[in-house]
This record gives sequence, structure tokens and C-alpha cells, in this order.
Amino acid sequence: MIITDQAYLRADGRKGIRNHIIVAYLVECAHHVAREIMYPYRERGVHLIGFGGCYPNDYAAQMMRTLCTHPNVGGVILLSLGCESFNRTTLREAVAASGRPVETLVIQQSGGTRKTIGQGRRLMEDMLAVVAGVPRVPLAMSEFIVGTVCGGSDATSGITANPGIGRAFDSLVAQNARCIFEETGELIGCEDIMTARAATPDLARILRDSVEKAARYYTVLGHGSFAPGNAEGGLTTMEEKSMGAYAKSGASRISGLLKPGDIPPRGGLYLLDVVPDGEVRFGFPNINDNAEIAELIACGSHVILFSTGRGSVVGSAISPVIKVCANPETYRRMNEDMDVDAGRILEGQASLDEVGREIFDLSLAVARGATTKSEELGHQEFVLTYKSFEPIGPACLPAT
Amino acid sequence: MHDPKLLLLDPADNVLVAIQTLDAGVTVIVSGHSLQVPSRLTLGHKLAARAIRAGEKIFKYRVPIGSATRDIAVGEHVHLHNMKSNYLPTYTLETGQTFSTKHDHH
Repeated sequence: MIITDQAYLRADGRKGIRNHIIVAYLVECAHHVAREIMYPYRERGVHLIGFGGCYPNDYAAQMMRTLCTHPNVGGVILLSLGCESFNRTTLREAVAASGRPVETLVIQQSGGTRKTIGQGRRLMEDMLAVVAGVPRVPLAMSEFIVGTVCGGSDATSGITANPGIGRAFDSLVAQNARCIFEETGELIGCEDIMTARAATPDLARILRDSVEKAARYYTVLGHGSFAPGNAEGGLTTMEEKSMGAYAKSGASRISGLLKPGDIPPRGGLYLLDVVPDGEVRFGFPNINDNAEIAELIACGSHVILFSTGRGSVVGSAISPVIKVCANPETYRRMNEDMDVDAGRILEGQASLDEVGREIFDLSLAVARGATTKSEELGHQEFVLTYKSFEPIGPACLPAT
Repeated sequence: MHDPKLLLLDPADNVLVAIQTLDAGVTVIVSGHSLQVPSRLTLGHKLAARAIRAGEKIFKYRVPIGSATRDIAVGEHVHLHNMKSNYLPTYTLETGQTFSTKHDHH
């Protein structure tokens, strides 16, 4: 099935549903200049991302590389202060190798803030013209990548928005799209049912290991949200609590395990392991919802399905975020920020299947160019912190 | 058939989820039976969709979320007083020392 014939073809063969130019700062010291370059163009598809740290980190370098070569990205302007440890040359070469236009500005070489902003805006005018000429091509369902995340959850999330997203995922996977769910820390207690869905016995073991790693990591950090026995909102057991989040994954077979930056190789459902490997360091795995969204996008997600009960307002740089509101009272209060009113299920106005269908249809509409609420409101949140991962092995992506 | 105020998340489930607050004494329909809610239930709480025997698993989202600790009648509130976890949350028993040991395998 062809979703749209208006996808943006990149020189590396990947296809996007948006045509953004990224301004990327390579250390916090270049953040202001990068933002000033972006700001006049913020309603013309220019987005700001970056890494604030000065110390080197392989994970952050890989995240920046995969994000700057994301299919929704047509061109990149890199902003370096000049003395940070981030390897701007390697990143520039990776973007150039993908066929995307890329420019690097080094503030210390350009003569400071004002001159660099001026140079950046001149480069931007040229790049906008180049990127506007990108060829438009068909995007097949088998090329479409969708990620899901939940944030600002409440008692309604697990009975409306999350299973609604699960049904949308089932429809997408059935039509050979590539779907990604994540946050292994919220799958504690779901290991048995989840591993039973694995494509191979080896993958089942890998999925189980990823959840056990999350449990150990959070235990060391003293993370409190996994304590059993929270009866508020009708929850009884850890299994039930985790199942609410797990419901986003639907019921399809699980085809593989990814780590941030790994692209799902073919149609199917994938678990993204967001918890670092090795000893516990650098603090919490994901400091907020946008850290998870950035990782889903680094895995190639064209669109993010975001479930919220209390009412998160965030969007993201690079890929549109569809907010599925679980709680009907939240929806009425914050409807300008919400794309889907899944809480209708609680008021007898819709079935889970109907909400799932609406989410599925909206995903495709957004791929065809329809804007989400967070896009209309100018949201383009982004955060990237320190982590460390070991590469995935071949058993994580079985060929079956 | 079930009352529209009660949500069956999956046909295989043996519990229904209250999708609005139900006051004690309110009449609801559970599996075709008309019965009164014994005590006030707030949004998100569960009722037995059918009689559940002690030891039987509680299914929500088609998966076991725990087991009945005693017989539960159709329409009864299913909560911590009559069910418990099947899952052994071993990580809550682990200490930092246990983590260090396990880490050696990775």
C-alpha cells in the first residue's frame, strides 16, 4: 500500500514525510547562536537540536549522526563553539555522505556571536532553496516507521489511549509498517507475555534480559515508580500497572530489539531498549519524555504516537507527534493540544476499535502532510544526554 | 452483555473496568445479569465479569495480572482484598550487591 506519493526522497534513498532543516549545536556554548539562526525560520520547517555536553560520548555522537541523517531532514547547519570535544568533522562527513547539504560554523573562527548568526542566516537562505527542490516520491507502508511513548499517564491511560494505540499498531504491522515501542522499565512484570510474542527463542531471551537490565538499573538509582501495591486508580499488581503501558504494543509478533539509532530493517514490531548497558552511570536513563521521543526518532520514526492522561503538551524536533489523550476531562480542558480524544471510550462515545482506527488513519494523514496540534503550536522540544550502549547482536534482529 | 459503564478490554478477560465512578447500590448489567454495585467504585477499578474461583488467574488485556485469593462472585469488586500478584518482583529484593554480581554477566 502506498501512503502518499509526496514523500521527500533523500540522496541516500530514504524517504521523509517532512522536509526540515536542522540547526544543531554541538555544545551548550553554541546553543544561543544556533537558536538565533533558527528562530526567524521556525515556521518554515527549521528545527533546533543539539548536545549540551562538552565531554565526548559515543552514544550522543551516534544520536546526532542518526538524527541529522533522519529521512525527515533535508539539510543541516552545525554550530560549534570551537573548543568542545564533539567531533564536528566526523558528523559533517556523515551528513555529507548521506547526500544532504551540510554547513559547519565555528563561532571562535567566525568572529563571535553576531557574525556567526549573520553567516548562519545567509547559509540558511541558500539551504532552504536547495531543500525545497527535493524530489517527491511514493512512500509505501513497508517504509513507514512509527514510534510510541506515553507520558503524563493517569488511571485512564491504560484503558483508553494505550490499548487504542495498540490497535493502531496491530493495523500498521498487519500492513507491514515498522512499529517501535519502548521503555523497558515500564515492562517489568510483562516479561512472560512479551517474550511469548518473540519471533525466535533467542529474541525471547534478549527481550527478557532487557527488562531485567531495566529493573536492576532502576533499583540502583532508587527509582520509585515501580514499587508494587499502588492501588490508586484501581491498579492492584505490578503486572497490571505495567500492562497499561505494555498495551501500546498491541498484539503483533515482536520482530526484534533495537537500541537508540538502530533502524528497524523491515516491517514488524520492535522493542527499543532505552536503558544503558554496563555499570550504572550518567544518572537516569531517560530524564523526560522527550529523551525517549528523540531515541524513537533516531531509530527512524517518521511519526510518534504519544499517549497522555494528565495532559502533556510536548511535540518534538524532526518528527511530528500525535497526542492521544486518554482522559476525557483532560481533553476538554486542553483540546487545543490534543489530536485524538481516546477518552470518548470512557463516555460510551467510541469503542477501542474505533479509536484505534482513528489513530491509524491520523498517522497516515500526518504522513501525507496533515499537521499535528503540537506542530501547529510550534513545539519542537529536544533533549539529549549522556548514555552508553553496546551494539546489538544479530540475534536481536532475526531474519524470520 | 455488559453495562456500557463497564469496559471489557479483551473478550478473554474475566474482569470489567469501571469507566466512570459507580456509587454503591447503582444497578449495572454484568454478563446479562442485573445486579447492584456493593460499594462505591471509582474510575479504573475492576468488577468480576463472571464467577472466579480461588486460585484462578485474573485476566485483563488478555493477560494474567494476578490470581484470586478467594472465590469472587460475578459483579464483585476485584481488588487487593481478593487477588494478588503472580509475579515475583525479584528486583525489589535485590541489593546493589546483587546488581554488581549480575553485572558481571554483561
